[in-house]
Amino acid sequence: MQELLFYIFSALTLICGFLVVANPFTRNPVTSAMFLVLTIVSMAGLFVLLNAFFLAAVQVMVYAGAVIVLFLFVIMLLDVKEVERQHYNLFGVVLGLLGLLSVGGMLIKAILASGVGKDLHPHMEGTTKDLGMKLFTDYVLPFEIMGVLLLVGMIGVILLSKKNLR
Amino acid sequence: MIGLEQYLIVSALLFSLGMMGVILRRNLIVIYMGLELMLNAANLALVSFSRFTDTIDGQVMVFFVITVAAAEVAVGLALIVALYRKRQTTEVGDLTSLKL
Amino acid sequence: MTGAFSLAWIVLLLPLVSAALITLFTLKNDKLSAKISIGAVIGGFVLSLLIFLTGGTSGEHNITWISIGDFQATLGVRIDALSSLMLLVVTGVGSLIHWYSQGYMKGDRSYSRYFACLSMFTFSMLGIVLASNFMQMFIFWELVGVSSYLLIGFWYERPAAADASKKAFLTNRIGDFGFILGIIMVWAAAGSLNFTELQGIFGANPEVLGATAGLAGVLLFCGAMGKSAQFPLHVWLPDAMEGPTPVSALIHAATMVAAGVFMLCRIFFLLSPDALMVIAWIGGITALMAAVIALQQNDIKRILAYSTLSQLGYMVMAVGLHAPGAAMFHLTTHAFFKAMLFLGAGSVIHALHHEQDIWKMGGLKEKMPATYKTFLIGTLALCGVFPLSGFFSKDGILAAAADFRHHGNMVLFAFGVLAAVLTTLYMARLVLVAFHGSNRSDSASHAHESPSVMTGPLWILLIPSIISGWLPIESFVNSGIGIEHAGGHTEAPLAMAFSTLALLIGGSVAWALYGKQRETDPIADNLHGLSTALKNRLYFDEIFSGLIFITHEAISKLAGWLDRAVLGGFVVKGLYNVVDVLGRGIRLFQTGSIQTYAFLFVLGVAFVLYFVIGGIL
Repeated sequence: MQELLFYIFSALTLICGFLVVANPFTRNPVTSAMFLVLTIVSMAGLFVLLNAFFLAAVQVMVYAGAVIVLFLFVIMLLDVKEVERQHYNLFGVVLGLLGLLSVGGMLIKAILASGVGKDLHPHMEGTTKDLGMKLFTDYVLPFEIMGVLLLVGMIGVILLSKKNLR
Repeated sequence: MIGLEQYLIVSALLFSLGMMGVILRRNLIVIYMGLELMLNAANLALVSFSRFTDTIDGQVMVFFVITVAAAEVAVGLALIVALYRKRQTTEVGDLTSLKL
Repeated sequence: MTGAFSLAWIVLLLPLVSAALITLFTLKNDKLSAKISIGAVIGGFVLSLLIFLTGGTSGEHNITWISIGDFQATLGVRIDALSSLMLLVVTGVGSLIHWYSQGYMKGDRSYSRYFACLSMFTFSMLGIVLASNFMQMFIFWELVGVSSYLLIGFWYERPAAADASKKAFLTNRIGDFGFILGIIMVWAAAGSLNFTELQGIFGANPEVLGATAGLAGVLLFCGAMGKSAQFPLHVWLPDAMEGPTPVSALIHAATMVAAGVFMLCRIFFLLSPDALMVIAWIGGITALMAAVIALQQNDIKRILAYSTLSQLGYMVMAVGLHAPGAAMFHLTTHAFFKAMLFLGAGSVIHALHHEQDIWKMGGLKEKMPATYKTFLIGTLALCGVFPLSGFFSKDGILAAAADFRHHGNMVLFAFGVLAAVLTTLYMARLVLVAFHGSNRSDSASHAHESPSVMTGPLWILLIPSIISGWLPIESFVNSGIGIEHAGGHTEAPLAMAFSTLALLIGGSVAWALYGKQRETDPIADNLHGLSTALKNRLYFDEIFSGLIFITHEAISKLAGWLDRAVLGGFVVKGLYNVVDVLGRGIRLFQTGSIQTYAFLFVLGVAFVLYFVIGGIL
C-alpha cells in the first residue's frame, strides 16, 4: 500500500513539476502556478509517507496557502498575459538540457553508487511533539532569529512596494 | 520496500526540473516557481534523511527552510513588482543592465 | 716580508695617497698639489733605485684580496729584473715629467686636477709593473686606460680633446676585450693567474694550452695591441696628442704605451711560436706604416706620435722575434729620448703659444738653444747614431731580425731597415724645418727659451739618452726572464751595417729635400696624391668609421627588425592579440542575462560534480 502511494505521489510530483516549468500547451504563468500547487500537495503526500505529518501540514498551509496566493496576486497585479513570446534559442535550449541532464544524471549516479540507503530502515516516528520539543530546546535561538527574519522580510517588502522609493 | 534511494532520486529529479525552469524559462515569475521547486526538492531529501537516519533535526531544518522560502518569496515578488514598475517587463531577456 | 717588498708596496701606494690627498684636500692649493704629486713620484724613484741597487731580491709578496671558494684573488708585488727595470723607467721619467709639468701647466685653471690625474696614472702604471698575477694586471690595465682617458681629455672643453679621449678609451676597450678573453683562456687551461705559478706550469708542460695556444697568445696580444697602439688599433695614439704635452711625453711615449711591450715580456713564457709570429708581423707592419705616415705630418706632436708608434712596432717585433731583452732595452732607451723629444716639443709649443705646425716654426735654433740642443741629441738617438742609446737598442732588434738561423725573418728585417731609413728622414725633416732656416711666422720670431723648470728635465734626460745604450740591459732582462740570448751577436755586424746605411740614406735624402730654406713641403708639391694619403694617415680613421658605420647600420637594422617584428609584432602585439581574442571570447559570456549566468553556474556545478563523482551515469 505504502509503495503504491509512494509511486503515485512521486509520479504526480514529477509530472506536475514538469508542467510547472515546461507546459507544452500553454505559457501562461497562472497555469504554472496551479501546477505548482499540485506539486506541493503531492509532496505533502510524500511527507506523510515519511511520517512527517506536521511538515506536510505546514507545506500545504505555507506553500499552497500563502506562497501560491502571493504568486497569483503578483501575476494579477502585473497583468502579464501571453507575455511569453517564446522565440527559443534552440542552441541554448539544447545546451541547457544537456547541462541539466548531466547534473541530474550525476546526482542519481551519486545516490545509487554511494549506497547511502544500505542497512537503513524507516525508524523515526517524527511526531509533532518531538519536533516541537526539538525546536524549543536545541533550536530555540534559530527559531527566534527566524522570527526576526520574517519581520525584516515584511519590512523589506513594504519598503519595496512603496510607489516612490527615495 | 521503498528505501532512501527512491526518495532521493525523486528529490534529484525534482531538483533538476526546477533548475530547468530557472535556466530555460524567460518569465521571472516562472523562474521563481522553478526556484521553489528546487527548494522543495531539497526539503524532500532532508525529510527522507531524517526518517531513515532516525534524527529529527532534518525536519527542524525543513521547517526553517519553509520559513525562509516564504520570506524569500515575499521579498522576491516585491522586487519583481518594483522592477516591473520601472521597466514594464518581466522578461529576463529584457533585463540586461548587468552588461557593461 | 723582506724590506724590498715593503719598499715596493710603498712605491706602489705613494702616488695613490698623493692622488687621494690632492683630490680630497688640496684642490684649491695649486702649489701644494704639485709638491705632493712630485714628492710622491720622486720618493717612488728613490725607493725604486734602492730596490734596484740592493738587487738580488727576486720573488713576490701577495695579499689575498677576495676569496671565493677555491679561487683566490690576490694583489701582490713581484720584483724581478723586468719589474725593477720598469720601476726605474716609470718613476724616473715620471719624476722629470712631473717636474716639467710645473712649468708647462702654469696658470692652467685645473692645475691641481692635472697633478691628481698624473698621480693616479703613476699609481696605475706601477700597478701593472708590479703585478704578480693576471687579474691584478688587468685591473691596473684598465685603471691606466681610465687615467689616460682623464688626461687626454684634460682640456675637456675642447671638442677635439674630448673626442680623442673617447676614441682612445674605446679603442683600448677593443684590445682589452681580447686581453681578458686571453686571460680567461689561460685560467681555464692552467687554473692559475699567478705569473710565477704559470711559469712553473708552462715550464713543466709547454703544451698546457694545447691547440688553442696560438689563439690565446694572440688574444693576450690584443691587450698589448690596444695599449701599445699596434696596427690596426693604432688610430687612437696620434689623436691622444690632444692632451697636454707632458702627458703625451709620459703616457703616450715613455710609459703607458710601453705597458703592452712590458706585458708581452712578462708573459713571454706562455706565448706559442704561432702567436709570436703574429706579434712579430704586426710589429713590423706597424713600424713601417707609422714611419711612412710620419713623413707627411705637419703637427710636431703628431710626428712624434707616429714616431712612437713606429718604435713601439720595433719593440713588439722584437718580442715576436724571441728577443724580449732587446724589446725591453729599446723600451728603456726609447722612454728616455722620446720623453726628451716630447718635452722639447712641449717647450717649443709653450714658447710659440700653442703653435704646433712645423711649417709655421723655423729658425728656432737661435731662439731656443737649450731646447734645440737636447732635441737634436734626442733625434740623433732616435735615428740610431753611434754612440747614442738608440743605436744599441735598435741594433739589438735588427740583429734579432737578422738572426736568420733562429727566429729571424728576411722580410721583417727589411721592414726594420726601411723603417729606420724613414725614421731618419722624418726626424731630420722635423728638425730642419722647425729649428733651422728662418722664422715663418710671427709667433716663431717672438719665441724665447722656456724657463729652467722646463729645460732642467731636458738636460737631465739628456744623460740617460746618451749613455743608457752602454748598459747591459738586454742581457739583464733576458737573464731575468730566464731565456738565453737567442742569437748572440754574430749577426750584429750585418745589422749594424744596414742601420748605418739606413742612417746615411735617410740623412742625405732629408738634407736634399729640406736642407735649403723652404716654405712648403717638396714631397707634398711633387707627389700630391701620396702626400694627401699620408696626411690623412692612410685613411685608417675613415676606413674604421666606415666599417663601424656599416656594422652599426647592420646591427641597427637587425635590432630594429627584432624590435619591430619579434618584440613589437610577436610579443607585444601578439600578447595584445591574445588578450583581445580572449576578451572577445569572454565577452560572449557576459550577456547581462541572469539566465546565462545561472546556466554557467550549473555548468560549473556539473564540472565539479563530474570530477568528484567521476563520470555521468
